[in-house]
Amino acid sequence: MTYDLIVIGGGPAGLASGLSAFEEGVNKVLIIERDVEVGGILNQCIHNGFGLHTFKEELTGPEYAQKYIDMIKETDIEIKLNTMVMKIDDEKNVHILNSEDGYKVIKGRSIILAMGCRERTRGAISIPGSRPAGVLTAGTAQKYVNMLGEKVGNKALILGSGDIGLIMARRLSLEGTEVLGVVELMEHSNGLTRNIVQCLDDYDIPLYLSHTVTNIIGDNRLEKVIISKVDENKKPIEGTEKEFDVDTLLLSVGLIPENDLINDMDIDFDNRTKGVVVNESMETSVEGIFSCGNALHVHDLVDFVSTEAKEAGRSVAKYLGVDKKEVGKKEIILKNGVGLTYTVPQKINVDKVEKIVGVMFRVNKIYENVKIVIESNGKKIKEYNRDHMLPAEMEKIILTKDMLEQCNEEIEIKVTDMEV
Amino acid sequence: MEKVICTVCPKGCHMKVEIEEKKVEGNSCKRGEIYGLAEVVTPIRVITSTIDIKGGQFKKIPVKTLEAVEKGLNFKIIEEMKKIKVKSPIKCGTVVIENILGTGVDVVVTRDM
Repeated sequence: MTYDLIVIGGGPAGLASGLSAFEEGVNKVLIIERDVEVGGILNQCIHNGFGLHTFKEELTGPEYAQKYIDMIKETDIEIKLNTMVMKIDDEKNVHILNSEDGYKVIKGRSIILAMGCRERTRGAISIPGSRPAGVLTAGTAQKYVNMLGEKVGNKALILGSGDIGLIMARRLSLEGTEVLGVVELMEHSNGLTRNIVQCLDDYDIPLYLSHTVTNIIGDNRLEKVIISKVDENKKPIEGTEKEFDVDTLLLSVGLIPENDLINDMDIDFDNRTKGVVVNESMETSVEGIFSCGNALHVHDLVDFVSTEAKEAGRSVAKYLGVDKKEVGKKEIILKNGVGLTYTVPQKINVDKVEKIVGVMFRVNKIYENVKIVIESNGKKIKEYNRDHMLPAEMEKIILTKDMLEQCNEEIEIKVTDMEV
Repeated sequence: MEKVICTVCPKGCHMKVEIEEKKVEGNSCKRGEIYGLAEVVTPIRVITSTIDIKGGQFKKIPVKTLEAVEKGLNFKIIEEMKKIKVKSPIKCGTVVIENILGTGVDVVVTRDM
């Protein structure tokens, strides 16, 4: 069986990219989802604050997913649930496994990788101590509480002040689990200000900055968590220990794109983003295979995922419709200058750019009153003023075709001080 | 004088709000001033939670107050939400509690199930 497009993953990126490709004229689209329903992580994010960019209204996660599910119902897009993708081979054959079809091979003329991301676990950050029950990731707790209706514990501490951790601090408080604090290794929170205010301040939950968990104590169930202050090198300082009698420890210590599927593929990978390398069309180093959403790089807002996914869907339509020989190969590599940790895309094929390309990136620390400078061949192409940037907020700049045509094979994007 | 952290944009200005004189300090824009005053006079929030559902794919279905309500009512509203149970199938947007605690705001389910 052959599809024009096979989308791997039915979360927000998969839904938006599949829908966009279909709307652009791609006929036979299949979305493969391993869970019992599509919507991905949105289904358990019952809080509001989604959709301000995409739908101009404030929605909850399930409502945001529902909008895409409803739009897809109006199309001929096929969805396979409860289905695991085992492998993608050199011929763009997608090997799938489920209890109805068994092991089956389906062919895609194009493929979108939209597998999303996973939470880092206790193992990923090597917390010392015993291994009792009651230590779980914030997202797992979110599923237990919001979808399965289970209480996770009576007294909890949360490690990591990313948004999921903050959201869960509020959610547990409302559900009768006392939250004794949120512990953050850095000197600043990684969460959105809105979440600090509405999830911690509203519920009088203390935030311990520059602290980390240094011991976990408990036989069968967690009994105690010890935290310590850390020095400027993030090493725990002896004598600063604080003890918390809790039966639950939630970990909100970062997300990693989930790309196990491409391990055996010959495809360029970016160790900074932990996703594949893409160009302006969200196309990977393998022709006809695209990527978007949190599988490509972790986003702050689902709205940004939808925008990127829509672009990937459009690119698929173009790819399937276009005589590829006509497109030139002038490729520009985007280089991270001072202050940047990564960019997406990582390269741009100028001839494929219609008018503009959006470039997303993150900075390595908090910056105030600085400039983002775009240079090529030692020449300044453009600069943008920013009065505030922080690692937790993804930045975006727009490069126009005019600007790109002034560049040689490399563009450097960097942060510099305001000059007088 | 009350301290308010602005949540209008990612900048997160730390503001000081003087209620009687309606004066805001530390904001960088007009939107911050409006937010600061509102946050001190009557802070409001949309309250989201889950309620029991029978015959659905999961045991719980998410709900929200259709508009923001006084934030101090949050625990009472969650208690009210806990009292109700719905049956599958139900459509996203169906009202499950009208005029919760006399606020004039309805509670709706936020997905199909």
